[in-house]
Amino acid sequence: MAAGVAAWLPFARAAAIGWMPVANLPMPVAPTEKNKRQDELIILNVSGRRFQTWRNTLDRYPDTLLGSSEKEFFYNEETKEYFFDRDPDVFRSVLNFYRTGKLHYPRYECISSYDEELAFFGIIPEIIGDCCYEEYKDRKRENAERLMDDQEDNKDAKLPNMTFRETMWRAFENPHTSTMALVFYYVTGFFIAVSVITNVVETVPCGSALNKKEVPCGERYTVAFFCMDTACVMIFTVEYLMRLFAAPSRYRFMRSVMSIIDVVAILPYYIGLVMTDNEDVSGAFVTLRVFRVFRIFKFSRHSQGLRILGYTLKSCASELGFLLFSLTMAIIIFATVMFYAEKGSTSSKFTSIPASFWYTIVTMTTLGYGDMVPKTIAGKIFGSICSLSGVLVIALPVPVIVSNFSRIYHQNQRADKRRAQKKARLARIRISKTGSSSAFLHSKRNGLFNEALELTGSTEEEKRLSKSTSLLESQHHHLLTCLEKTTNHEFVDEQYYQQSYLEAGLQNYSSRSPSLSSQEGVTGTCCTRRSKKHHSPLPNSSEPAHMQPLTHARQQGLQELSTIHIQPLSTSRSSLNMRMDEPAPLNCQGSQITTAIISIPTPPVTTPEDDARLPAGATHQNVVKVSAL
Amino acid sequence: MDTTRRVSTISARVDAAVSSVDSVEDELELSAVRHRPEGLGQLEAQTRFSRKELQILYRGFKNECPSGIVNEETFKDIYAQFFPQGDASTYAHFLFNAFDTDHNGSVSFEDFVMGLSILLRGTIQEKLKWAFNLYDINKDGYITKEEMLDIMKAIYDMMGKCTYPVLKEETPRQHVEVFFQKMDKNKDGVVTIDEFIDCCQNDENIMRSMHLFENVL
Repeated sequence: MAAGVAAWLPFARAAAIGWMPVANLPMPVAPTEKNKRQDELIILNVSGRRFQTWRNTLDRYPDTLLGSSEKEFFYNEETKEYFFDRDPDVFRSVLNFYRTGKLHYPRYECISSYDEELAFFGIIPEIIGDCCYEEYKDRKRENAERLMDDQEDNKDAKLPNMTFRETMWRAFENPHTSTMALVFYYVTGFFIAVSVITNVVETVPCGSALNKKEVPCGERYTVAFFCMDTACVMIFTVEYLMRLFAAPSRYRFMRSVMSIIDVVAILPYYIGLVMTDNEDVSGAFVTLRVFRVFRIFKFSRHSQGLRILGYTLKSCASELGFLLFSLTMAIIIFATVMFYAEKGSTSSKFTSIPASFWYTIVTMTTLGYGDMVPKTIAGKIFGSICSLSGVLVIALPVPVIVSNFSRIYHQNQRADKRRAQKKARLARIRISKTGSSSAFLHSKRNGLFNEALELTGSTEEEKRLSKSTSLLESQHHHLLTCLEKTTNHEFVDEQYYQQSYLEAGLQNYSSRSPSLSSQEGVTGTCCTRRSKKHHSPLPNSSEPAHMQPLTHARQQGLQELSTIHIQPLSTSRSSLNMRMDEPAPLNCQGSQITTAIISIPTPPVTTPEDDARLPAGATHQNVVKVSAL
Repeated sequence: MDTTRRVSTISARVDAAVSSVDSVEDELELSAVRHRPEGLGQLEAQTRFSRKELQILYRGFKNECPSGIVNEETFKDIYAQFFPQGDASTYAHFLFNAFDTDHNGSVSFEDFVMGLSILLRGTIQEKLKWAFNLYDINKDGYITKEEMLDIMKAIYDMMGKCTYPVLKEETPRQHVEVFFQKMDKNKDGVVTIDEFIDCCQNDENIMRSMHLFENVL
């Protein structure tokens, strides 16, 4: 519960009086403050700077250092203050958390010192408010990355028990770790360069003056080039196989971009080997040789910058795609217009709309080759409009798009971050919500168990079990119990609800309890200790243990004032129904019973559960108890 | 004639300009509205709280609402925090109307403290009257079945979904039937304040629970 809201708890409880006339059941007793202290100011001396606050303010969060009894360790008897030898600047934020319920992260503060202070005072950083949470997480991540980088540098010291395979993989990934790796790195780089240059030179005509036709060097020195190619491909193949062997996850390695580039780079050679010198496939073979140029991408292993560029392009693919799309639209529009404008003219190069695409692109990008020009007047007019709009469409937005793109890119990153953080935060909020409601359910079970034990007189156990829930919590729980009593329904946790919902879906039974209680006109007494026990459910786990003592105690109690209430069907969980023997209570206090004791026939929905969970020998009927006044 | 018309149009335009300025000012004012309660002595005289209690109450109130008044949204938020499993907004709405005695859309500290004074320190009569006022949504002096049904649904909404036994559609309606059978003595379909007070005073349960929260502060 938030701090400020805690101040409104008295109001919420007072407003609960609005439920009272509507409720048909008596309400539980309100928890009282054991020792109602006057609210006092306490002094917190943090490294000489004195902070003062009400004790109640600190009590709002009982599971932190300042809110619990842990602060007594820091109490200074002489000066009657609590002394903490910590940073007073960060303490400001900590104390403000108690005051306002929101934890803020000051931007000037170092993240690790802030974390330390939070850890000291027992505050989890997840409750940092929305205003500061993003900043906090970003700084934390930066810090973590920095630490990780430092760690990686340290990690390069060779670990003793690395297998040969792991050593190899590390050598491949970080060439500077060992001399062998460095040698390998440079050798492969050299061969990539050689291969690329070979491919380029292959096509240069270097015919001698003797021949009439100039042939490219590739055809002239076929053997030499072939040997070079073979050597390079062999090196690349060996490298690829070695990487494949050393990879920790072969499947993942094979799917990675770099390995695909490797494969594409060496495949044409092998396909060329396999294929015969067939005329038909030689065309395809030539195409395959194009793929040899992909070897240049192998340089990206050697160059960090190339990798970053590739990554950037990949990540802004959507923006580029949109640019392309809008350009395509403009091109299609203008090509169509030009085609129909030039349709009339003779010997027009604008033979079709796709043919006009070329003209449009060349014009819009202000290239203007001049191989296609419009001849009609309409064509010229539209051609000029096309070139003007080309300037506008391409030249102007490009810088805008670039800056937009960088802004949107960062924003997107932030939005994704926020989305991911939001999911985590919603999960936390849900957990805290279920925490508070499950705290209520939990304490309900504990509280009732306590009373059960109280009766049996085992006070030691009682003391052990009675958890020190703060007064605020117990008051809040009391409020929720009153609501339960008003509506005759109980709060249950999610899984129980699913269970009972399915079962209720099977049977069609309506809760008859309100009408029952009205028919009987029960005037039960409110909240004597025993009566409360009679109609409240008992914890599941301890069922067999306490059943007997309770029945005993009940019989004892009935010698005196017997206060009996209608035990409505709905309020008792079927598995936790108290199964009382009926004959015993009916014997005493016969006079002045205003209504007859009836036993409500057990509705079918509860029976299957009951059979499963009841200890043997208990009756299955709910008792209608009547007050004897 | 012409001049007067011209003057009137000019003045109309000026008025419009001024009112637009006013609206800007209004906006500023709304965001910066402050309410300071009456003096401690006056409140002490009007309510049944001691000075110390009023101090404690005001501190909590001011912490949560620094502007000095609560509007309905804030009220709903605060109240909803106490009932994490259900939806407390409808009931908070009715509660807000019950506290906002002068019906100006906001609950000031005086309203707050007067309401609490009745609830915590008032006589049984006063408490029952307050409850009647809560149920009587349109404040006409009669609780009809529809009003009661609204209130009942709002209360059941606070329970949320995960209850045992599962909440049915007709549960609030049945509860309303029970209530009316108990309260509506002359069976005329509405509950008047006298019927209400009479009936509640005869009901031990209700009497006892009215005293439940006396030691809240």
